[in-house]
Amino acid sequence: MSSHLENLYRQVIMDHYKNPYNKGLVQDPTYFTVHLHNPSCGDDMTVQLKETNGVITDIKHQGTGCSICCSSASVMSITLKNHTKAEGLDIIQAYYHMLTNEHYDQKILNGDALAYHGVAQFPARIKCATLAWKAAEQALLHNKEE
Amino acid sequence: MLDVKLIRQQFPIYDHNPNLVYLDTAASSLKPKNVIDVVDHYYSKLGVNVHRGVYGLSYEATDLYEAARTTVARFLNAKFEEIVFTRGTTASLNLVASSYQKQLKAGDEIITSELEHHSSVLPWMQVSKNTGAKLVYVPLNAEGRITVEAFKSVLTDQTKVVALTYVSNVMGYVTPIKEIIDLAHQKGAIVVVDAAQAAPHMKIDVTALNADFLAFSGHKILGPTGIGVLYGKKHLLNKMEPTEFGGDMVDQVELNGATWKDTPYRFEAGTPIISGAIGLGRAIEFIESIGFDEIHAHVHALHQYTLEKMKAIDGITVFNPTSETGIITFNVDFVHPHDAASIFDQNKVCLRAGHHCAQLITKWLKQLATLRATFYIYNDYEDADRFVESIQEAVRFFKAF
Repeated sequence: MSSHLENLYRQVIMDHYKNPYNKGLVQDPTYFTVHLHNPSCGDDMTVQLKETNGVITDIKHQGTGCSICCSSASVMSITLKNHTKAEGLDIIQAYYHMLTNEHYDQKILNGDALAYHGVAQFPARIKCATLAWKAAEQALLHNKEE
Repeated sequence: MLDVKLIRQQFPIYDHNPNLVYLDTAASSLKPKNVIDVVDHYYSKLGVNVHRGVYGLSYEATDLYEAARTTVARFLNAKFEEIVFTRGTTASLNLVASSYQKQLKAGDEIITSELEHHSSVLPWMQVSKNTGAKLVYVPLNAEGRITVEAFKSVLTDQTKVVALTYVSNVMGYVTPIKEIIDLAHQKGAIVVVDAAQAAPHMKIDVTALNADFLAFSGHKILGPTGIGVLYGKKHLLNKMEPTEFGGDMVDQVELNGATWKDTPYRFEAGTPIISGAIGLGRAIEFIESIGFDEIHAHVHALHQYTLEKMKAIDGITVFNPTSETGIITFNVDFVHPHDAASIFDQNKVCLRAGHHCAQLITKWLKQLATLRATFYIYNDYEDADRFVESIQEAVRFFKAF
């Protein structure tokens, strides 16, 4: 078994896949909802993000897709929660940089999200690992515009 | 028996990727050296336009381009003027739909199926929206096949168009298209055949089939990308309005109107895909030099060998064990195809994961997506073994979590 694959599928990722945090949507208009999907592979993700006084106070997600896509939604939700909007956007950028093998600040991005560094070896899977994060980013940017 | 070693020597990609296990021919085939060479010959020795120049180079380019049309016509047993060069199957099928829709009205019926590639069903879905003609789906049998009986059950006096695949790009099934064409003609309907997956695997005789339109792509039968073919009966093509207007397709131009050339040129506006057509002609000659009997026997043997090995693996599902054309569509149980695909990718086994541009049949199978492996002339038993080993590895790897 190659170490690249072991890195792609770390136990932490599979744990989030099997037992995701913050899964399930709410019927609550104070959450901003973003639905994204990847038509070429069928991954489908809805993210709901709640901001209170400039702080991300809750994130929910629900979707179908591969383990990288579904688990990354769970990891995104615990990574961004309780950060300010600006911090959240910085964390998202650091996550993207990690996936494309660019420099990122581990003071900004830490915790379970680091498990996804192995995705950089599988460029075809970057879109799986970023779908939920892109949805969260859109929710933050939308709220910023308002 | 095909000598795969000898065949591989003619595919330069193996020089650069000696460990390549290429099982994605249904998406696009590999390209042999003689095709690459003839494309190169056009660009390095000729490189000029066709049908226009009054000089030697242009004559030579035109001769090669039109010789490719002759080759395609012979390949399909069609007439020269019934072969339109297009960008690919998608462009061919769209051309028929967008032009032929002018002959349809509300209340007419268009028969298609859930087995179709998007390029075979979506153009007619649009036609249905534009004209009010009704889109009718042939019910598939328990295996997911189009049967003559099922086709009869949806064929009516209102049926005007039948748009069906010859070979499904997901299930690999061969549609009983000859019987369907005969039945459709009894009702006065025309039949549009998507032959993208049939062309690399079987002899197609449009005259014997009596098909009205038939399309295939160059890049799936060892030719270049960006070239495809639309076959159409001459009297039907000449009745149809072009969908693109410009140079080379026009006859007389006046201030208040213009007239079109006869087929095929009325459908080839602008500078055509010259290198692509020439490359396609060469690809067809390559395939003919091997012969469809040899190709079928080789692919069939590899397919059966692989299926037997897959039967012994617990934890996978094959959706089309009775496929006639060497397409294996399957999933590792409880593992998303994109997760499994990364295992194959690591082992340099190229296959397709997704819905294969055929969401309707993926939904019919009640899957989010599937894995698909396809065999062709450059595949050998070692490819099959490495494919099977990767499946076993995927099953083991994901079971560990």
